[in-house]
Amino acid sequence: MSIRVAKTGNEAVAEAMRQMRPDVVAAYPITPQTEIVQIFSGFVADGLVDTEMVTVESEHSAMSATVGAAAAGARAMTATSANGLALMWEIVYIAASMRLPIVMPVVNRALSGPINIHCDHSDTMGARDSGWIQIFSENAQEAYDNTLQALRIAENPNVLLPAMVTMDGFIISHAMEVMEILEDEKVREWVGEYVPENPLLDVDNPVTIGPLDLYDWNMEHKRQQAEAMVQSKAVILKVAEDYAKLTGRRYGLFEEYMLEDAEVAVVVLGSTAGTAKVVVNELRKQGVKAGLLKLRVFRPFPAEEIAAALKHVKAIAVMDRSDSFNAISGPVFAEVRSAMYGVQSAPAIVDYIYGIGGRDVTPEHIRKVYDDLANIAARGKADRILTYLGVRE
Amino acid sequence: MAKLLEIRWHGRAGQGAKTAALVLAEAAISAGRYAQAFPEYGPERMGAPMQAFNRISDEPITVHSHVTNPSIVVILDPTLIAATNVKAGVPADGIYLVNTTMGPCEMRKRLGLTDSPAKVYTLDATQISMDTIGRAMPNTPMMGALVGATGLLELDQLIADTREKLGRKLRPEIVEKNIEAIRRAFQEVAS
Repeated sequence: MSIRVAKTGNEAVAEAMRQMRPDVVAAYPITPQTEIVQIFSGFVADGLVDTEMVTVESEHSAMSATVGAAAAGARAMTATSANGLALMWEIVYIAASMRLPIVMPVVNRALSGPINIHCDHSDTMGARDSGWIQIFSENAQEAYDNTLQALRIAENPNVLLPAMVTMDGFIISHAMEVMEILEDEKVREWVGEYVPENPLLDVDNPVTIGPLDLYDWNMEHKRQQAEAMVQSKAVILKVAEDYAKLTGRRYGLFEEYMLEDAEVAVVVLGSTAGTAKVVVNELRKQGVKAGLLKLRVFRPFPAEEIAAALKHVKAIAVMDRSDSFNAISGPVFAEVRSAMYGVQSAPAIVDYIYGIGGRDVTPEHIRKVYDDLANIAARGKADRILTYLGVRE
Repeated sequence: MAKLLEIRWHGRAGQGAKTAALVLAEAAISAGRYAQAFPEYGPERMGAPMQAFNRISDEPITVHSHVTNPSIVVILDPTLIAATNVKAGVPADGIYLVNTTMGPCEMRKRLGLTDSPAKVYTLDATQISMDTIGRAMPNTPMMGALVGATGLLELDQLIADTREKLGRKLRPEIVEKNIEAIRRAFQEVAS
């Protein structure tokens, strides 16, 4: 039986971490992730969890200590946001290449500059090629559920990759909502005992971790890393299936909302998906065949599955909460349109960059996107690829 | 109750508007409803004008944008009426609840709502908090007044959740003083 509680996104993730009982958490506080570290270190101080809490002096050290602990054979976690993730950068790639199944909640915040503490996805989108699995959450419930699932995905022997679980800064991290949590014993059972593959602390079987790897083998190792990401897709679905048995809550690579017979559809990730659902419901009442695809898993990118889910739609709008500054589009658009290439009579597809630096996105904004889509669907073409939603210019 | 009820709290940082919104949401959730509570975050400093928000509904709430058209506005500090547009986005028949020494008629004039279908409630929450808690902390009495004015929740529910939430941070005797403030405010709110 689940327990119905009122929690903010940060409280939900700190609770998940307490229940998961990682051996080591090394973290440095940064707005809006700070509360996760604050609440979790409170759990440690109160003896509610026996994690070794390492308070480091920077995020570079947080990720370094987490990598060290994971390489030693510990179940290790950290958490960060924005510039904290940026400061980890060097070690973020190393964690992935060392195939360490670290789970890291990331509370999405705009990367400086100009300095800003509010939500956009520029931080994790920047890390999309780092070799980490990336799972996005719509609300506090999903942040909790995704954190629990990420551990099983990351530690699967066919995967052994680190995983980021995101939630939108402030919008979710600091907003209290209704959600359900599992009992401690259920989570204990869910995460199970961790058996690391080649732990440094297994002195009877000494291994070298992180040696120089030049042109004789480096490419093979990177190829294995790429293959692990390919393999992870099936594992993500299997873990979701097991999680549904445990909780009744079903997850996939993405969520299809009123998409089956949709003529116009929005592709979106994070909290805006919830706002967009309200608009879809209204449009459906007015007889508009509006649908929504909420991307949950951005890495691995479910290209074939997305193409199959969207091929019947007449016009698609991708919503990007970060910019690539590539003079074309945001990052999600680039991947979604690439996924649609080769689809017979492919739908028209456009991009909206929105919500930068925490700019509010209202149902009215999203209604405008669907209005534009109706127009594009009727004409069979779009005049331009990219629109900045709600910007003053 | 309305399908989706939206509330905006106006306060100054340090007056407990965020806590009030969180406790209200917890109480609504305990009562089996769906609710959100979230503050507006800016460059925070004691005394700066700030806002906090609630959404309360009988159905799951998926919208995650700011609250722009609240039907209930709670003003913890009356000096904010001059500093902020507390009426922004509020429907004509909106409800205003103000912490003030003024009576409801005078406050209605002060808000420019004479001949308006809006409902105006007043309470001297600062005095109540001075009498009960011993310092100016208008948030808990204003929660009691909100429940008294609107019947949004059962008083007992609010008290139980306040006890639980404040009990995590404050000593039991301080918590009980807050409960007394809620009870008094529930009785004394005027329209």
